[in-house]
Amino acid sequence: MKRPGPGLWLAVAVLAVLVLAAVAPHLLSAQDPLAVDSAQTLRPPSAAHPLGTDENGRDVLARIVYGTRTSLLLGFGAIAIALVFGGLLGLAAGLGNRVVENVIMRLSDIGLAFPELLLALVVITVAGGGTANAVLAIGVANIPGYARLVRAQTLAVRRSSYVEAAHALGLPGRRVILRHVLPNAVKPVLVLATIGVGTALVAGSALSFLGLGTPPPEPEWGSMLSTARNFISRAWWYGVFPGAAITLTVISVTVVGRALRLRSEGRTSW
Amino acid sequence: MIRFIAWRLLAGAGVLWGAATLTFLVLHFTPGDPAEAVVGGEGAAPTPEVLAQITAEYGLDRPWYEQYAGHLWRIVRGDFGTSYRLHTPVTQAIGEQAWATMELALAAAVTGLVLAVAVALATAGRRRWIRGLAAGAELLVASTPAFWLGIVLLTVFSFGLRLLPATGSHGLASLVLPALALALPIAGVLGHVLREALEEVLDEPFIVSARSRGLADTTVRVRHALRHALLPLVTMSGYWVGALLGGAVITETLFTRQGIGRLLVAAVNAKDLPVVLGVVLLSALVYVLVNLVVDLLYRVVDPRLKEAA
Amino acid sequence: MVKPMVTVENLRVAFGAAEVVRGISFEIARGECLALVGESGSGKSVTARTLVGLTGGGARIAAGELAFDGQDLTALRERGWRKVRGGRIGFVLQDALVSLDPLRPVGKEIAEVLATHTGLTGAARRARVAELLASVGVPEPELRAGQLPHELSGGLRQRALIAAAIAADPELVIADEPTTALDVTVQAQVLDLLAELKSRDRSLLVISHDLAVVARLADRVAVMKDGVIVEQGPTGRVLGAPEHDYTKQLLRAIPAEHTKGTRLSATAPAPPRRPPGEVVVRAQGIGKSFGGRIAVQDVSFTLRAAETVGIVGESGSGKTTTARIALGLSAPDTGSVEVHGQSWAGLDRAARRRLRRDIQTVYQDTLAAFDPRYTVAKVLAEALSVAGVPRRSRRERSVELLELVGLSPEHLSRRPLQLSGGQRQRVAIARALAPEPAVIVCDEPVSALDVSVQAQVLDLLEDVQRETGVAYLFISHDLGVVHHACDRVLVMKDGRVVEEGPVEEVFRTPAHPYTRELVAAIPRLTAV
Repeated sequence: MKRPGPGLWLAVAVLAVLVLAAVAPHLLSAQDPLAVDSAQTLRPPSAAHPLGTDENGRDVLARIVYGTRTSLLLGFGAIAIALVFGGLLGLAAGLGNRVVENVIMRLSDIGLAFPELLLALVVITVAGGGTANAVLAIGVANIPGYARLVRAQTLAVRRSSYVEAAHALGLPGRRVILRHVLPNAVKPVLVLATIGVGTALVAGSALSFLGLGTPPPEPEWGSMLSTARNFISRAWWYGVFPGAAITLTVISVTVVGRALRLRSEGRTSW
Repeated sequence: MIRFIAWRLLAGAGVLWGAATLTFLVLHFTPGDPAEAVVGGEGAAPTPEVLAQITAEYGLDRPWYEQYAGHLWRIVRGDFGTSYRLHTPVTQAIGEQAWATMELALAAAVTGLVLAVAVALATAGRRRWIRGLAAGAELLVASTPAFWLGIVLLTVFSFGLRLLPATGSHGLASLVLPALALALPIAGVLGHVLREALEEVLDEPFIVSARSRGLADTTVRVRHALRHALLPLVTMSGYWVGALLGGAVITETLFTRQGIGRLLVAAVNAKDLPVVLGVVLLSALVYVLVNLVVDLLYRVVDPRLKEAA
Repeated sequence: MVKPMVTVENLRVAFGAAEVVRGISFEIARGECLALVGESGSGKSVTARTLVGLTGGGARIAAGELAFDGQDLTALRERGWRKVRGGRIGFVLQDALVSLDPLRPVGKEIAEVLATHTGLTGAARRARVAELLASVGVPEPELRAGQLPHELSGGLRQRALIAAAIAADPELVIADEPTTALDVTVQAQVLDLLAELKSRDRSLLVISHDLAVVARLADRVAVMKDGVIVEQGPTGRVLGAPEHDYTKQLLRAIPAEHTKGTRLSATAPAPPRRPPGEVVVRAQGIGKSFGGRIAVQDVSFTLRAAETVGIVGESGSGKTTTARIALGLSAPDTGSVEVHGQSWAGLDRAARRRLRRDIQTVYQDTLAAFDPRYTVAKVLAEALSVAGVPRRSRRERSVELLELVGLSPEHLSRRPLQLSGGQRQRVAIARALAPEPAVIVCDEPVSALDVSVQAQVLDLLEDVQRETGVAYLFISHDLGVVHHACDRVLVMKDGRVVEEGPVEEVFRTPAHPYTRELVAAIPRLTAV
C-alpha cells in the first residue's frame, strides 16, 4: 500500500498550472505571443523576456504559455477520439457474436500493422495539415489499439466469477452487462488512457515539428521547435524551453496516470 | 509447428491484403479526381496530358472492381506506381533510401536494448534510492520527444562542445547523435517494462529456490531472471517497429539525414500519394515479417508454448 | 550432550515497523524432525527463510543466537551463505509449479546444485541427476530430467524439487509447506519421502499450517501464532495433551477428526437438526465432454432439503463440471438436472432466471466472487432485488442476513478488498441466502481459508442449514472437510462416480479401491 508521495503532488500541481495556462493564458504571461519586435530578435533570457525571444523578437515564455491550449488539445483530443471509437468497437467485439468480433479484430490487426505516426501522415496527406486534422490523425491512428484493449478487458470481466455469480443470482443478462461488465471493463482503460495522453501529445507535436500540424504563427510547442531547429547554434534557449514544456507535461501526465492505475488496482491507501 | 507457421503466414498475408485494400480506398475516396490526387491534388495543376496518362496507367476509367484487382496485382508485382515529385518508380525511390534508415534503426535498436538491459539488471530489486533514480531517469527519457532530445544533443555536442557533426549521413560520427536521439526514448520505455518484469520475477518462488541452492546474485539474475523478463519485450514487437520507423521520420528530418523518413515527409508535403502509400505498405510488410520472426523466437525463449499451439 | 544441529534463541525479524517474528527460540537435534505449525501471518515461513539468509529485502534480524552446526549464521556474509545454502542446508519450497524455473528443464535445476557445491563435471553430473531423481521415486529419470516443470505432474515436480534440495547431501532440509498444493494420495507419498530422509540421520524442519500433516512426520512440534511460539514439545504430547488454548483451537478445527454435528470452533452449541425433507435436486445420468475429452460421465444423485451431499475427488475428477451443470450454467451432453422437479433443459430464459433463485452458489476464490466496485450493502441489495424484495425493506433484510452469517451492520459499507477472506466468504453465503434458495452449491468453499477460519465457516454453514433448511451440494478435494460437513458423499474419479453412500459408511468401510486409497491417505493425528 503506497501513499501519494511528493512526486505525485508535484505532477498534479504542474497539470493544474497547465490547465490554467490553457484556460486563461493572460494570467500567466502579460506579453502578446504574436507581437513581433524586430529590434529584439533571438535575445537570451533576461528580466523582460525570462525565456528569451525568437527570430521575430516574440517572447518565448508567452508563446509557450499561449501554446498550452493547442498542445493539450492535441493530446486529450486525440485520446478522446481513440477512446470513443476504439471503446465502442472494443465493446462490440467483446459483447457481440463471433462474426462481429472477428470482423472488428481482423480490422484492428490491419490498423495495428501501421506505425501510429505513419498512419497519421496518411490522414494528413489526404485531409491536409492544421491542428484539427492533426488531432483527427493521431486519434484515428490510436483507435485499433484501444479497440483491442477494451475488448480484452470486456472478455476478462465477462469470464470473472462475480459476473457468473450475477448470472447465477438470476439477474437478467442486460443488467449484468450494464451494472457489472461495462463499468469494470471501461474503468481500467480510462486509467490507461491518461498515460496515453502523453504519447498522443508527443505524436501531435511531432506532426507540428514536421510542419504538418499547427501552422505558424500560431504558437504550439512542436512547431516552435520546428523553427528553433534553424537557430540551435545561436539561441539554445529557443530550442530548449518549448521541448522542456512537452517533456514536463508528459512526465506529469504519466505520473498521475500511473498513480491512478495503482489506485484502481487497489494498491494504494487513498 | 509447420501448421503454426502456415497459419501465421496466412494471417500475415491477410494483414497485407487489408493494408493494400486500405491504400486503394485512400486513393479512390480522397475528395476530387483520383488522377489529380495521384499527382498531388488540385494545387499541383497538372496538364490534361498528365491526367490522361495517369487515368490510363491506373485504369481509372474502368469499373471499381477491375481497378481494385489491378491495384492488388500491381502491388503483388512490386509496382507501387510512380512518384509524381521525383518522376521515378516508388520502389526505386524507397530502395535508394532504405539502407540509410536500416542503419539508423539497427544502431538505435541495439543501443536502446543494451542500455535498457544493463540498467534494469543493475538496478532491479536494489535499494530504494537506486530504484528511484533508475525509475526517474527512465521516466525522463521515455517522456522526452526524440525531436527535442535531438535538439538538446545538437546544442551540447555539436554546437557547444563541437564534438560531433550536426547533419549528414556519412560515416560513423554522423550516426551517433541521431541514433542516440532515437534510442534513448526507446531505452526509457523498454527499461521501465524490463525493470518491472525483472522485479516481479525476482520475487517469484523459483528465484528464492535458486538462491537457496547457493547461487550468486549475478548468476540468479542473468541465468534465471533475465530470460523471463525479456519475454514482455519480445511481445512489444509492434511498439519496436512503430517507435523505430516513426522515430526515423523525426530524426532524419532533424539531422537532415538521408532515409525513408525524410522521403516520406517530403512526399506528404508535396501530396505525393504514391510514395506515401508505398512507404506505409512497406512498414506494414516490415511489421508482419517482424511479428512472424518474433512469434518463432518466442517459442524458442518459452518452450511452454510448443504444445499449447 | 550432543550439540544440536540448529540453535535459535530469541530470534526477532521485522519488516519496517511490523515485527513478524517476535522472539522465538528452538533447537533441532541431528536426525530430528521439528515441525513449525501456524496459520498464515504467524511468521513461520519468515523463520524458515531466515535460516538460509533469504528473509528478503528490508528485513531487520536480531537474535541472541542463530547457529547451524556450531557456526554463527548472523556473522555470515553473502559468500559464506552461498556455501551453506544448498550445500549444507537444503530448502524445499511449497508449490513446485512456481518453485521450479518454468523455462528450464528440471534436470538443469538439480545439476545447478551439483555444479555449485560438488566437483562433479559433465557426464558425472548428468548421471548423478538421474540417480537423485530415481532416489526420490521419479520413474524414467533420464527422460524426466530433460522435461520442463509443466510437463510433470504436481507430485513429480515436488519430488524433483526435493531431489534438488538434497543433491549436495545437506545435513539439514527445510521444507516449507511441502504438500500444500498436492492431491491427498500424492501428499502421503511425499511425506513418506521426507520421513525417509530423517531415517538417514538428516535433520528436518517442516513448516506447515496443517497439524495432521506433521503428525506423522515430526518428532517435536512448535506451534506459532503472531510471531511467537505458544507451545512446543514432543509431537505426541502437544497433539494429545495440548496446553495452550490456541493449540486446542487448531486441533478442534481439524474437520477430519470430528463428524457432522460437532463444533469445530468455540461457539455456542447449535440448534437441533432438521430431518431431510423433499427432493430439491435430481441429477440423472449427466455426461459432458469438452473437445473429445470426457469430463463427466453418467453421474446421478438426489439432494433433499436440509441435507448436505458431498462430491469429493482429486483435481480433474469432474466435480466442478458437475457443479456447473447442476447450476444450469453449463448444459450436459446427456442426462438432465431437475431443480424442484423442473429440468433446466426445457425452460426459456425468463423461466431459467426464476429457477436460478432456487439454486445459489458460493465460490472458492472469495475475492474474485465480488464486483470490486461494490460495497457489501450493494452486493446484498442486488441479490435481494432479484428475489423481488421491495426497495424499502432491502436494508433491513441485509442486516438480518449479515447477522445470520455472523457479521454486523458496520460491514455494509465495506468493499471486498477491505474484508478478510473469512469475512468475504460469510458475505458470499449471505448473498447466496438472499433469494431464499432451496440449494446452495458450495465449490471448495473453505479451501482458500486458514484452518481456524475454515472451522468457523464450516460451523456457520451448518448453523444456516439448521435455521433455514437449505440443502448443500458440497464440492471439495479435502476428504476431512467432506467427512465433517456432509451427510452423504459421492466419490468421483476421471469423471465417474466410483462410490457413494452415507458419509460414515464410505469412510469407515470404503468399498472401491480408489476410495480406500483416498481414506488411507488422509493425514490423521492418530497416526503418531
